[in-house]
Amino acid sequence: MDKIELGGLVFDPAWLPKLGQGLVVTLEITGLCIALGIVLGLILAVLRVYGRGPLYWLSSLYVQFFRGTPLLVQLLMVYYGLPSWGIVLSPFVSGVIALGLNTAAYQAEYFRGAIQSIPRGQMLAARSMGMTRAQAIRYVILPQALRLVIPPWSNELILMLKYSSIVYMVTVIDLMGAARTIAARTFRYFEVFILVALIYLALVFLLSWLLRRLEERVRVPGLGMERGAPH
Amino acid sequence: MERERDTDTSRRGPDEVVLRVEDLHKRYGREEVLKGVSFEVRRGETKVIVGPSGTGKSTLLRCITRLTEPDRGRIWLGDVEVTGRGVDLNRVRASVGFVFQDFNLFTHLTALDNVRIGLLKVKKLPKDEATEIARKQLEHVGLAHKADAYPAELSGGQQQRVAIARALAMEPKLILFDEPTSALDPELTGEVLDVMVALAKEGMTMVVVSHEIGFARAAADELIFMEGGVIVEQGPPDQLFRQPKYPRTAEFLRKITALYGETG
Repeated sequence: MDKIELGGLVFDPAWLPKLGQGLVVTLEITGLCIALGIVLGLILAVLRVYGRGPLYWLSSLYVQFFRGTPLLVQLLMVYYGLPSWGIVLSPFVSGVIALGLNTAAYQAEYFRGAIQSIPRGQMLAARSMGMTRAQAIRYVILPQALRLVIPPWSNELILMLKYSSIVYMVTVIDLMGAARTIAARTFRYFEVFILVALIYLALVFLLSWLLRRLEERVRVPGLGMERGAPH
Repeated sequence: MERERDTDTSRRGPDEVVLRVEDLHKRYGREEVLKGVSFEVRRGETKVIVGPSGTGKSTLLRCITRLTEPDRGRIWLGDVEVTGRGVDLNRVRASVGFVFQDFNLFTHLTALDNVRIGLLKVKKLPKDEATEIARKQLEHVGLAHKADAYPAELSGGQQQRVAIARALAMEPKLILFDEPTSALDPELTGEVLDVMVALAKEGMTMVVVSHEIGFARAAADELIFMEGGVIVEQGPPDQLFRQPKYPRTAEFLRKITALYGETG
């Protein structure tokens, strides 16, 4: 295929396969770290709200540490630091773990806020009918909190999609890594990064749309923001 | 009476004491809200507790299944000492219905699911059986047609009726009502009170904190007047209204009669 010229800029379709491979890596890393973040974040949030003693303190310390230190530092610690303890991880796995542990702390805070916004009467009613605390959390509190959390939580997912680009710092060839490789070879920095920016933009649009669909799908009257006229 | 009891192995004669509360104390910080409350409820009885706000009526109800932990005193539900060591509280709570002032229906569940959830998760009944019971109880409170509605789509009166159905579905030995109509507009209290009067007539054992004098007169076997963390006086409603022993009782009953009227 021929190169495309636009206002003095030159785009080469030959870049696309490489960018495509990078895109797949970006999607994999984002998906995996978000999944890790949801599971760990939910556990942390429940411990922060309902935990006592060491469980509470450890979960709080975790959240403070990962929110209080730069993501890049965390990533470099996992990739370059852990080997000195004999733990050697591939660049890809390091990226997933560092980003996953980081987003877990942020997601935990969103989950915690949502859990705490559920009126106390809900827990009381659940316990009054003989549910254990764990059952009440599982069947009454979380189903409501998770519905409420979708809008703020969406922001975190979108951030993670974009922040995943820092894994190129530990030599993962994601979308960003692929772009740098191409740019370094062709010296078409501006063109390549315009293209990459457009791809991220499209991904963010897609993800936002999916999250909005999810929010509508699980919406229940009386929970969260109502669309349309107020009652 | 003895003979009746002998034939019934579960000792569920009409005289069976369903609930016994002995010398219950509860303190919040410096303030002692319950200063030694004792009473008994027999099978099929309806007791209505009245008294000025802040006299520990709600605390008393919550202490019965230890939703609020009492400081001192003993509570029995049938043969089980609720305040005893190693008691399975979740099992105790599954056998006592609780109806709240602000309904506390589970917001994310339909009316049917609200009624069904305890059967599925606490009693672990199979789904068909739970559904059948839940539908029957919704019908019992006249809301079979609202089975698929979410709480936000129901009026306050309807929500409270669903909450009553939710309590009934568990086949409780006793239902505790904590000011069940206080959060309702006056025109909606009637539908809830009608359901409660019907329940009392059907022989449900109930303890009701309420200022609805009409309900007390129609359904209460005994009226309990509480003030300042103690039971001042108790007896059949007619007796308390006509010849109360203490001037405080007379004064309070006059006041709420003026406020809430005789009908309900």
